[in-house]
Amino acid sequence: MTALAALFVRDVRLAIRVGGGGGIGVLFFLIVVTLMPFAIGPDLALLGRIGPAILWLGALLASLLTLDRLLAMDQEDGSLDLMLTGRSPLELAVAAKALAHWLTTGLPLVIAAPLLGLFLNLDLGSSGAVALTLLAGTPALTFIGLIGAALSVTLRRGGLLLAVLVMPLTVPVLIFGVAASNAALVGPLPFGTPFTILCALTLISIVVGTFAAATALRHGME
Amino acid sequence: MPIIDLANPTRFLRFAERALPWLAGLTLLAFAAGLNLTLGAPDDYQQGATVKIMFIHVPSAWLGMGIWALMTIAALGTLVWRHPLADVAAKAAAPVGAAFTLLCLVTGSLWGRPMWGAYWVWDARLTSVLVLFLMYLGVMALWRTVDDPARAGRAAAILTLVGAINLPIIKFSVDWWNTLHQPASVLRLAGPSIHPSILIPLLAMTLAFVLLFLALHLAAMRNEILRRRVRSLMMMQAQTAPGSGS
Amino acid sequence: MNLGPHAPFIVAAYGIATFVIGALIAWVMLDHRAQLRALDDLELRGVTRRSDRAPEKTA
Repeated sequence: MTALAALFVRDVRLAIRVGGGGGIGVLFFLIVVTLMPFAIGPDLALLGRIGPAILWLGALLASLLTLDRLLAMDQEDGSLDLMLTGRSPLELAVAAKALAHWLTTGLPLVIAAPLLGLFLNLDLGSSGAVALTLLAGTPALTFIGLIGAALSVTLRRGGLLLAVLVMPLTVPVLIFGVAASNAALVGPLPFGTPFTILCALTLISIVVGTFAAATALRHGME
Repeated sequence: MPIIDLANPTRFLRFAERALPWLAGLTLLAFAAGLNLTLGAPDDYQQGATVKIMFIHVPSAWLGMGIWALMTIAALGTLVWRHPLADVAAKAAAPVGAAFTLLCLVTGSLWGRPMWGAYWVWDARLTSVLVLFLMYLGVMALWRTVDDPARAGRAAAILTLVGAINLPIIKFSVDWWNTLHQPASVLRLAGPSIHPSILIPLLAMTLAFVLLFLALHLAAMRNEILRRRVRSLMMMQAQTAPGSGS
Repeated sequence: MNLGPHAPFIVAAYGIATFVIGALIAWVMLDHRAQLRALDDLELRGVTRRSDRAPEKTA
């Protein structure tokens, strides 16, 4: 357990000290949201209507962007091999890494979302709702991305391949994330229905992502 | 016993060479019968003659999903039982599955233009099939980017299994999303109850498509075994004759 | 046979199906030929499998 805690603390500390990861993700998020009105026009009513969708798409792309930092650096400096041969189960080690990654890259996106919501003509209440759905949904993105990161680390191919493998799997999260935000904003639907399903998706992704990534690493490194 | 025998690639090759002509002949016969029945099928009272598109659209959709199921079994074969031919089967199936899924999408779109008035409607089924197609392309990209077949095979197996878990969830999400955004009432692809005069040609065409897939899969597996043989020979040559050029 | 007002779409669907299936068959056959040629080529250069040189032993 202490080994896992040490790993978690190390990852968080590295991400904060080395920088890049979380900060660049938020910057990317900001740029995507800034570009949107240039593409669809500065119509405030329209922006308010599709605002949650823009925020969700931006967060999805931003979390994809930071994924290749999740395992690649550990593979380069050999600490991944230590994790493979270490005593703590690989599943837990990988989960600890993903959790640290979410804390340093996913959580900043969630915090930035209400602020960016102002640009998109969302009032504070609805921005808060979108941020809440992002808080529930971004762990799913990280853990789904974990599978892609593990596969691309073992194959020594990153970047575009990783995005191509991961993106189709994020369809359900995107659907229910945006649906829950819209339900809070306008929808006839109660907020709880899509939101609980979103939480369920996150829990499933944590389980599937952890085990699939650990299996990928075990099989890929032998 | 015979299945264990076939685990040996050389024996599998011999089996494939013997079985392929028969399978090809059966496929031709099945297509002749299926197309003949299709010609005789009556028009649908709602869809008119466009119901004929269903006879290729529905079998391709079933095959597109069935081939992913087959790849899932093969993935278990790679990871759990370490069957030597499992990743050959998985790799050979992926392009064929992608082709049938594409066929399903294109024929669905051609059916949709006269029925819905648009080539593409974000219908729940079509959208799920589109995601399935994207996942096929992802698996194929994975196979293509990695040289070592064993390494690529294990990675593709994991992706296939994750896909198999996710595809029902995607299907459910897309259905849910679709009912949320359902525009008025559109004519759905293939109604719930099908009249026998349509069903029999449909089943005949499905049989023909399945036989076609089996023949293509067997041939593609044979090619893959030969390709690996070429690869290992080349590597052997490169090792034994250093500096001898290409 | 009367295909009704939407005949072009039906013909196009069957045409594309023929094309896709034809492409699959062509891919499989051309690939087979390419692999056989590569094997023959290697054999000419004297690179063969152990099991081909000594048929008693199965590799």
